[in-house]
Amino acid sequence: MSKVFIAFQLNEETRPIIEAVLADNPHAVAVDSPAMVKIDAEGELVIKRESIEALIGRSFDLQELQINLITISGHLDEDDDEFRLSWPK
Amino acid sequence: MDMKASKKKLGLKEKYAHMTRGLGWETSYQPMDKVFPQATFEGIKIHDWDKWEDPFRLTMDAYWKYQAEKERKLYAVLDAFAQNNGHLGITDARYLNAVKLFLTGISPLEYVAHRGFAAAGRNFPGVGPRVACLMQSVDEVRHAQTQIHALSNYNKHYDGFHDFKHMLERVWYLSVPKSFFDDAFSAGPFEWMIAIGFSFEYVLTNLLFVPFMSGAAYNGDMATVTFGFSAQSDEARHMTLGLECIKFMLEQDPDNLPIVQKWIDKWAWRGIRVLTLVGMMMDYMLPKRVMSWKEAWEIYFEQNGGALFNDLAKYGIKVPECLTQCTEDKEHVSHQAWATFYQYGGAAAFHTWMPNDEEMDWLSAKYPNTFDKYYRARFTHWRDEAEKGNRFYTNTLPMLCQVCQIPMLFTEPGDPTKICYRESEYQGEKYHTCSDGCKHIFDDEPEKYIQAWLPVHQIYQGNCFPEGTDPTAEGFDPLAAVLDWYHFNNGKDNMDFEGSRDQANFAMWRGMATKNT
Repeated sequence: MSKVFIAFQLNEETRPIIEAVLADNPHAVAVDSPAMVKIDAEGELVIKRESIEALIGRSFDLQELQINLITISGHLDEDDDEFRLSWPK
Repeated sequence: MDMKASKKKLGLKEKYAHMTRGLGWETSYQPMDKVFPQATFEGIKIHDWDKWEDPFRLTMDAYWKYQAEKERKLYAVLDAFAQNNGHLGITDARYLNAVKLFLTGISPLEYVAHRGFAAAGRNFPGVGPRVACLMQSVDEVRHAQTQIHALSNYNKHYDGFHDFKHMLERVWYLSVPKSFFDDAFSAGPFEWMIAIGFSFEYVLTNLLFVPFMSGAAYNGDMATVTFGFSAQSDEARHMTLGLECIKFMLEQDPDNLPIVQKWIDKWAWRGIRVLTLVGMMMDYMLPKRVMSWKEAWEIYFEQNGGALFNDLAKYGIKVPECLTQCTEDKEHVSHQAWATFYQYGGAAAFHTWMPNDEEMDWLSAKYPNTFDKYYRARFTHWRDEAEKGNRFYTNTLPMLCQVCQIPMLFTEPGDPTKICYRESEYQGEKYHTCSDGCKHIFDDEPEKYIQAWLPVHQIYQGNCFPEGTDPTAEGFDPLAAVLDWYHFNNGKDNMDFEGSRDQANFAMWRGMATKNT
C-alpha cells in the first residue's frame, strides 16, 4: 500500500495537533526536519477535531490546520469533524 | 460572563454547497459556449461540472480569515528579521546566492501563476473550479508579494537582488523557468491545470518548498523559511486542486484519457528539467545541507509520485516513459548544472564557487556511484587552478535546448561522459533538444516551439545589447554589453564568491555585530 503524509511547521500551535495525530494513528511515524515535522502513514491518516480540542482545551475548527500546514499527499476528505487523507485500496 | 453561542451554523459541506454552487448561474443574454469560448477546443469533454468538489471545502469567507492570519504571522517575522539584522545570522554569505536565484527565477513565476489561475477561473464554466482557481490566483499574487517583501531586506545589503523583473525577461538561465510558464499559459485552460495544478504543484513543488525551505531554516534564514512555509501552506490546497482536476477529467469521459496522458508526460518532463536548478541549489548552494537532491527526489518524487501514479492507474494512466531516465539522472544533474554555472559564472547574477574538501566528502558520501568517478577530479582541478589565480570562465555561449531552454549540459543515457543532444527538422530548419523527452515534446508541437525566444540565439542575432550599441566599434566587448543590457553590475553581481563584495561585507558586518571596534 502507498503512504500518505502531512507536514506541519513546528511551533506551539502545532505541538498538540501533532500529538493528537500520532495518538489517533498508531501506525503513523513522525519525521523531524529543521522547522518542520512530516508525518507518514501507510494507507490512511485521520485528524480528529475532538482529539485536538481535548488537548488544547478550546473549540477548534479543522480549517485552522491551514495556517501551519506545509504539504499533504493522498486524497483528502474534510468535514467538520475529520480531516482524512487516504490512497484508496 | 462566558456566553456560549449556539454552535448550529451550517456544516462545512452545506456551506460549501451554498457558497459555490449557489453562486453560479446559466447565462441568458449570451449562450454559455460564447461566454466560455476556451472550454472545448482542447478536446476535453465535460458532462457534469457539479461533480467537481474541492475536498478542503474552503469558502471565500474562511479563505480570507485564514489567509489574513498567515499574513500577520509572516509580517511579524519579517519585521523582527529586519529589526534585528537577521541577515547576519545566516550560516555563510554563499547561502545568499541560492536566495538570489529564488528571487530572480521563482518569485516572478508566482506572479505569472496568479495571472494564469485568474484566466483559468474565468475560462472554466463550472463553479467549483472557478472558486478554487480564484483562491489560487489570490494565493499566487500573495506569494509573489511576500517573497519580494522578504527578499527586499537582502537587497539593502547585498548584490544581485536589484532588478529581478527586468532580468526574468532577458537572462539566459532565467528563460528556463520563464519558458515553462509561458508554455503553460499559452495553452488552453485544461492543459494549464495539468501543467501547473498537477505536474508543478502536486508532483514537483514539494521538492522546491519542503526540503529547500527546511534548508533555509538550517542556514539561519528566518525570512525565507517563513515566506516559504507560508506559501507552502497554500500549496497543500493547490496540490489538492491539481489532483481533483485530473480525477475529474478522467472520470468525466473516457475520451479524455489520451489527452490527459499526453499532457502528464509532457509536463512531468518539463517540470523535472526546471527542477535541475533546485537540485543544484540543494547540493551546492546551501552551506549547511539538510538532504541531498537525490534523497529529496527519492522521498518526494519516487515515493510520493509513485503512490500517485499507482492510484491513477485505475483510470488507465501510465507512468510517463521519460521517468526511467530520471532514475539515472538523479545522481548527475545537480553536479552537471553546478559545473555549468561555475564555468559561466561571469554571466550569472549570483556568485559561484567550488566546494571545499569537507563539502566534496559530503557529496561523495551522498553520491557514491557518481561524484568521485565523474566530477570530483574536475572540480578539484578547477579549484586548484583558481587558487593559483587562474579561475576558469568560459567565454563561449552554449547551445540551448529548443524546448526547456537549458544549455546542452546533460549527458547521454548510459554514458555520463558524453553530452546528449537530439535533432529534429521542421520546414527545412534544424532544431536541437537536450533529451528524448524534450525532442518528443518538440516533435508533437513544432509550430509552438520554433517560436521560442532563445537567449543565446538572440545574443548572436545582436538583439541583446543596450540601444545604440555599435558592435563593429573597435574593442567592442560583447559579454560586457550583454550584461549591461541584463542590468547586471559587472564585477559585483557576477564572478566567483571568493573576492566578492558580498563576501567582504558579510565578514565585516558580522565582525561589527560581535565586536565593539
